[in-house]
Amino acid sequence: MIGWAMAAVQCLLFVATAPLFAGWIKRVKCRAQNRAAPSLFQPYRDLTKLLRKGVVLAYDASWIFRATPYVVFTTTVLAAAVVPLIALRLPTSAIADVIVLVGFLGLGRFFLALAGMDIGTAFGGMGSSREMMIGALAEPVLLMTVFTLAMSASTTNLSEAVSFTLHGGLVIRPSFLFALVGLMMVAVAETGRIPIDNPATHLELTMVHEAMILEYSGRYLALLEWASMIKLMVYFVLIANIFAPWGIASTTTPTTLALGVLAIALKLMLLGIVLVLWETVMAKMRLFRVPQYLGFAFLLSLLGMLTHVILESGGH
Amino acid sequence: MSPLVLAYLALLGALASAALSLGAERYPGLLRYGSFALLGASGICAVLGGAWVLLSGGRHSAELALGLPWLGWQLAFDPLSGFFLIIVGLLVGAVSLYGPGYMRGYLHRRRRESLVALGTATGLFVAGMYLVLLAADAFVFMVAWELMSVASYFLVAYQHQHAANRRAALLYLLMAHVGALAILLGFGVLAAKGNGFTFEAMRAATLSPTWASIAFALAFFGYGMKAGMVPLHVWLPEAHPVAPSHISALMSGVMLKVAIYGLVRFCFDLLGELQWQWGMTVLVIGAASALLGVLYALMQHDLKRLLAYHSVENIGIILMGLGLSIIFLANDHQVAGILAMLAALYHTLNHALFKGLLFLGAGAVLHSSHEADLNNMGGLIRRMPHTALYFLVGCLAISGLPPLNGFVSEWLTFQATLQAPVLASGVLRSILPVTAAVLALSAALAAACFVKVYGVAFLGQARSRHTKRAREVEIGMRAAMAALALLCVLFGVFPTTVIGALGSIPLMLVGQGPPSATTEGWLWLTPISPEIASYSAPLVALALVATALVFLFVRWRALPRRRAYPWECGFGEVNPRMQYTATAFSMPIRRIFAPVWDVEERIEESADSVQPAQVASIRHQLHIHDRSWLRIYEPIGRLVITAARRVGRIQTGSIHAYLVYSFLTLLLLLWVVT
Repeated sequence: MIGWAMAAVQCLLFVATAPLFAGWIKRVKCRAQNRAAPSLFQPYRDLTKLLRKGVVLAYDASWIFRATPYVVFTTTVLAAAVVPLIALRLPTSAIADVIVLVGFLGLGRFFLALAGMDIGTAFGGMGSSREMMIGALAEPVLLMTVFTLAMSASTTNLSEAVSFTLHGGLVIRPSFLFALVGLMMVAVAETGRIPIDNPATHLELTMVHEAMILEYSGRYLALLEWASMIKLMVYFVLIANIFAPWGIASTTTPTTLALGVLAIALKLMLLGIVLVLWETVMAKMRLFRVPQYLGFAFLLSLLGMLTHVILESGGH
Repeated sequence: MSPLVLAYLALLGALASAALSLGAERYPGLLRYGSFALLGASGICAVLGGAWVLLSGGRHSAELALGLPWLGWQLAFDPLSGFFLIIVGLLVGAVSLYGPGYMRGYLHRRRRESLVALGTATGLFVAGMYLVLLAADAFVFMVAWELMSVASYFLVAYQHQHAANRRAALLYLLMAHVGALAILLGFGVLAAKGNGFTFEAMRAATLSPTWASIAFALAFFGYGMKAGMVPLHVWLPEAHPVAPSHISALMSGVMLKVAIYGLVRFCFDLLGELQWQWGMTVLVIGAASALLGVLYALMQHDLKRLLAYHSVENIGIILMGLGLSIIFLANDHQVAGILAMLAALYHTLNHALFKGLLFLGAGAVLHSSHEADLNNMGGLIRRMPHTALYFLVGCLAISGLPPLNGFVSEWLTFQATLQAPVLASGVLRSILPVTAAVLALSAALAAACFVKVYGVAFLGQARSRHTKRAREVEIGMRAAMAALALLCVLFGVFPTTVIGALGSIPLMLVGQGPPSATTEGWLWLTPISPEIASYSAPLVALALVATALVFLFVRWRALPRRRAYPWECGFGEVNPRMQYTATAFSMPIRRIFAPVWDVEERIEESADSVQPAQVASIRHQLHIHDRSWLRIYEPIGRLVITAARRVGRIQTGSIHAYLVYSFLTLLLLLWVVT
């Protein structure tokens, strides 16, 4: 029972701190680009403002359009519930493994893309078409990288995989390096960051994610924005805890849990800075360069997989 | 009473439905109420009989006093037949609910004579499929197989006024027979070595590895042709869409599965010792089918044709499971082999359900809007709310999204590929994960394809007059779709129960059941062990439903909700032509994977007559051809025609010459025999 309570608390913590992570990235980015930075809590203010506002719906909007914010939010929260944030071996991690996690995000994307086409404006269709193209290319890369880890740890259960790297000691596995770079490239593509998409623009011809949610307002928009913050954090927690799990709590004593919170906070702050540097030195890519980018990521993850098969597993 | 009685009843029901349809010319009601009711009853009997034998295990054999003087018809009913009989029965049941409503479209057109053909061929087609599953000797099997093929030929050629349909039907008949010939030869190898045509004798046969491989190659070619694997798939997207929609559902949903049944029966049951090279062939061809099937589907804008290409994709996924199973079993890794086999069988069931549902949905759209082209549809969710909901379930299921059934079987297939490290061969260890990546890519592309289908057909605004006036279909058709949609959800949410029930099939074929998939109770699916992977579909579904209820019933502070016109970028009014079309939606993918297709794109601009610098109109033409036509089929076609011309020289037209030919042939044969 205590396990389930812990899992619920961890999930709530995840959902509640996702805007903070987004605020951190925004703040560091402003600093890196010599701009005046907003408060760390600005995303919370934006979300509360939007949540209090009424909704404007297009005349042609069907129930898909109204259901989508809830579906997207729910699936993203479910995905967050599966990822080990501060403690390992919580009962929720057995409900769904990493393939199911990818499935949750896929379900959310499916509905978001449908909602983009629901009104029948050109922008929505454009966003959906591009999003599904990027998604279709990014998903295999994501699965290949996690499969590399899954084959090393011989499990697809995230909690077990994390504890495998945790107890494996400081061994350098070449396959993990490939997988790490591949996963980071996919994370950037899947969360709509530069160079794939720019979350801060409404420039007509380059929008992907923003084009799909262009018709949303008020509470619906708040849920979608919140969901995309959670999704960003899911990817970065995944990267942090799979490749550098040190500090995560294996037992549920107050000390280890406090240590776990501290560790993940530090790791996320660091990863946020890496993301900001990446976004600052890169320029937004032309849409048809994206396949090359993702193709490269795929090649890396494939190399990681082959490295694992050739170098690290000797057959049984 | 034994389960065989139920199987006989199912068979008789289908035959009686065929017989009753003979009177449909004078009394169309006979077809709409009598035949379909009998078909429905036969479907129920098939499901009950199949479930009985699947759950109780064991083989029930019988011999009918039909057929050759020295070989009565051997029938056998075991868990494998039972499982496929359930699949056929479920779809036949759904189609019998759907058929009467769909028939109305044919009644008004003053072409009643063809109703006889439709009803009779449907009954015989279903009876043929039942009999294939029950057959226990090569003779009955081939008779039933031909009954199935020929009856479905008449159904494909049903709307024979259009030349394209006649061509599709001929192509189908031709390829079905080339395939049947290969199957017959495959049986021939086994029968020669085993000294008998019964499956019993074939099981006892001992084959040298070479002969076993020849038999396997023949059977794989034959069954693969019927199942529509790449590159033998070309008949499928031609033939399936032109049949009446409920028949398309049967052909795509069930007939392809009967071919899979044949392959499983032949490889795992009759052939004996498995070789991993076969598994490799099946796996690679399966992966190619999955990827090419979905890529071709993405380029289609005819809804039924698109669905037919998706059948190629899903057959590919099933073949991948079977290939993995052969590889693992041949290397003596029983647990992984059984897991892969169960994944393939589960996907077979799932594909039958969601593809049947989608074809019935496409039929409902066709029935009420008379549109087959996605680019003429739009906004149907408001005109046909029920159909739209069921179709959405089908789209989610085929895209492999949790918590629906398509996801479970793809998850199991992924788990099977991740067992690759147990294999000793380095080549196998590195190829298996690559096929997993191919599977991931095709699943993701399938999701893109079904966003396109649903977004263009059901969302947005109507693109044609017919679509604007579409009406919801009648209750029987809705009930059929609702039943299949419900099954898609149930088989997605309770996978552990299904896997438990399927356990008797590997028990029969491999001698061992799924060891640990169900050990943690109905809530948890743990294919190898709980530490390696676990998935709790009921809890995932519960979480989704619970949050939905929270959002529905916890009243939020009421906020104003206002309706308005969307922003139209300052161009006056938002009109349907501003929307993304199906072709536009898939354009990025067309550009990325361009070498896969043979794309023919032309843009013609005509200048304004007064101001030549200004473009008056733009005409865009896009044709996308299947490369396998150009590369494989056209050369073969040319070869056949050249050979026929050469042979034609000996045809003098004089009867004397022909008599001499016959005499010489006879002499030759006598010489060979003695």
